[in-house]
Amino acid sequence: MGVHQVTASDELLKEFSEEQLQQVDAIIERYQGKPGSLIPVLAEVQGILGYLPHEVQRRIAQGLNLPHSRVFGVVTFYSFFTMVPRGRHTIRVCLGTACYVRGGKKNLDRLVQDLGIEAGDTTPDRRFSLETIRCLGACGLAPVIVVDEDTHKQVKERKVREILQRYE
Amino acid sequence: MPLKSPDELEQLRTKILEERKAQGEKKGIVLCTGTGCRGAGASEVFDAFKKALGKKSAIEFKSTCCHGFCERGPITIVEPLGIFYQGVTPADVPQIIAETVTKGQVIEKLLYRDPATGQTIPTEKAIPFYTKQNRLVFGNNRHLDPTRIEDYMAMGGYKALVKALFHMSPEEVIEEIKRSGLRGRGGGGFPAGRKWESCRKAHGDIKYVICNCDEGDPGAYMDRSLMEGNPHSVLEGMLIGAYAIGSSEGYVYVRNEYPLAVENVGIAIEQATKMGLLGKDILGSGFDFSLVINKGGGAFVAGESSALMASIEGYVAEPRAKHIHMTESGLWERPTNLNNVETWANVPVIIEKGADWYASIGTQGSKGTKIFSLVGKINNTGLIEVPMGMTLREIVYDIGGGIPGGKRFKAVQTGGPSGGCIPESLLDLPVDFDELTKAGSMMGSGGMIVMDESTCMVDVAKYFMHFLKDESCGKCTSCRDGTLRMYEVLDAITKGKGKEGDIEFLEEIGWMTAEASLCALGGSAANPVLSTIRYFRDEYEAHISAKRCPAGVCTELITFTIDPKACIACGKCRKGCPTEAITGEKKVPHKIVQAKCIKCGTCREVCPSDAVKVA
Ligand SMILES: Cc1cc2nc3c(=O)[nH]c(=O)nc-3n(C[C@H](O)[C@H](O)[C@H](O)COP(=O)(O)O)c2cc1C
Ligand code: FES
Repeated sequence: MGVHQVTASDELLKEFSEEQLQQVDAIIERYQGKPGSLIPVLAEVQGILGYLPHEVQRRIAQGLNLPHSRVFGVVTFYSFFTMVPRGRHTIRVCLGTACYVRGGKKNLDRLVQDLGIEAGDTTPDRRFSLETIRCLGACGLAPVIVVDEDTHKQVKERKVREILQRYE
Repeated sequence: MPLKSPDELEQLRTKILEERKAQGEKKGIVLCTGTGCRGAGASEVFDAFKKALGKKSAIEFKSTCCHGFCERGPITIVEPLGIFYQGVTPADVPQIIAETVTKGQVIEKLLYRDPATGQTIPTEKAIPFYTKQNRLVFGNNRHLDPTRIEDYMAMGGYKALVKALFHMSPEEVIEEIKRSGLRGRGGGGFPAGRKWESCRKAHGDIKYVICNCDEGDPGAYMDRSLMEGNPHSVLEGMLIGAYAIGSSEGYVYVRNEYPLAVENVGIAIEQATKMGLLGKDILGSGFDFSLVINKGGGAFVAGESSALMASIEGYVAEPRAKHIHMTESGLWERPTNLNNVETWANVPVIIEKGADWYASIGTQGSKGTKIFSLVGKINNTGLIEVPMGMTLREIVYDIGGGIPGGKRFKAVQTGGPSGGCIPESLLDLPVDFDELTKAGSMMGSGGMIVMDESTCMVDVAKYFMHFLKDESCGKCTSCRDGTLRMYEVLDAITKGKGKEGDIEFLEEIGWMTAEASLCALGGSAANPVLSTIRYFRDEYEAHISAKRCPAGVCTELITFTIDPKACIACGKCRKGCPTEAITGEKKVPHKIVQAKCIKCGTCREVCPSDAVKVA
């Protein structure tokens, strides 16, 4: 058990700092023994690490005394959780109904072509992660693309490239 | 200091109101910083106002959440005259302060112009988008800074709670809600009073109330706007419900994608707790109630009642069979009452104004008002609140201002992924729970997506089926495979690979999926397909037999050509084409090389002379 713990941390230390891992442990500790804590723990940990690789899931499973399979099941069920590292910038293409009928899908197709990745993936240089979302609550501005915190409204397909140039 | 009695609450209210009165009819600026207006640049306008006004300005500056008229954002209202400005930019800020706020002069260029008459309209009240609405629940957003409980108090907030706690028994509250005819706004339209009653009667010391702000419908955002813009009205509704049911613990389930809603409801809970409106012995009544926020992980099915409770418990959100009602055994196997955000927000209105008054609004079977998100191919996009029973025609043309670009109306989709498309021939349908269901659609949570002649109905059905196949949790074979098969068939049809018998096949799996699935996701999954087949069968047939997409959407079935007579050889399409598929030079009509064309439609979009044809 103890040995296992050490190797797990070693593995983790390649990607994350000591301090980040301490924060993770603190989160787990705070929720230990509380019913229904798995999802909030995962959300907070993802907030710190950016993503939830297997090693991290295992650490959470141990800390909360749950089978790893249960943690894995929850991580892969909800679209909010991700097991791969994110790009420096996140592009979110709204495919809510209003954006769809006003051309959101075309914008997505353009991005998929230009970036050479599918929705849900990250470019090899980790510059962009591409995601789709469903209705941002800005349907009046449809179709909408959000890059990081910036909302780009009424985006025409031919403007997509221009927008990306602003993010390095 | 927590308030210890209703009197103390009233004293506080009086104090707030007197302070406001003493300051006189204050000059003020109201800026909407809801999600829609933020997307249009309201944050920059906010900063510009803050900077221009400085710290100790005599002008009251208030930032509110969504007013509903998102199409025209950022929206600014100058009080006390109520001058309504739209599309405001930071550059307009000095002029607004110098002219309108200080001198009461109206700036023409920022006013709303009625597209029908060409006239400018200076006040919100007179704009047709607003005049036909009845904003019982949503209207207060415009007056409230959601982070200030004082604003809510000044508008009579928590009066209904006092009335319920001190002047009504729990049974009387339930009776009042039953008599009001309030039906759940989250989709199913179940009578709220009856649900409360069965939860009250269920055995168990610990009972829960939950607010469903998962808002999974991909074209609706009213729950978000209520939660962001007026969270105290939801809390007050939940408090009254909890008192009636006999619950002392509640949850607010908000999706993670709604950070501002999470933040504002969090602030509201904190303030209400400080004032003693949440916690132990509320206002000295002996009633205890506390609330916890639970953030959803983004899964459509998590909005379904039993799945939502599984999610709060920390499991994957899979629905379960409901042989036993949630009101008997729900969260942690205890009696649980779940209602939608909008349902909760209606409660204080009913308690304060009375069931009879409330029931006088609406239709026989659907009482009160409903908030819709009116979006898609419509001039006035936004959130609207109308009495139940208003016709689609009034909504689309009088409030929505009709279809942009002179295009023809084709259909309106209601009810989200569980709903259906309603054609032009049913425009006079009065919108309420039962009429929409009869037409093969649903009220759902209130999404209303308008489609015009350039929307392909097979593509729309495919869009929803794509959504549903992704979001099916996979527990029932009928739903998991049924949605996938329907998607595959629709996909083939849109790609020119449809064959004779596909329509009948879709009808058959649609029926099977609906019959054999556990929850309403599968139960209503076929609606988008069946309703489009019912009203737009000819479009399906055109795709299948003639390999043609009449709306010009399905790329495999269309070609773009340039009409040499109409082409003015300006070169715009040539420059715009992402694949360099267009040839031509100055004064020579341009041509599209079909082998290179990816049918993105850029040429048609940029062409100033309408020379690009789709067939
Ligand atoms: C697949 C599915 C998704 C749902 N999503 C939501 C939702 O996002 N918000 C909501 O309030 N109700 C949703 N519902 C309806 C809920 O199951 C439940 O009926 C509702 O929250 C009860 O509240 P009400 O009676 O006040 O409407 C969904 C139902 C299904 C089957
Ligand atoms: S559909 Fe894209 S913001 Fe609503």
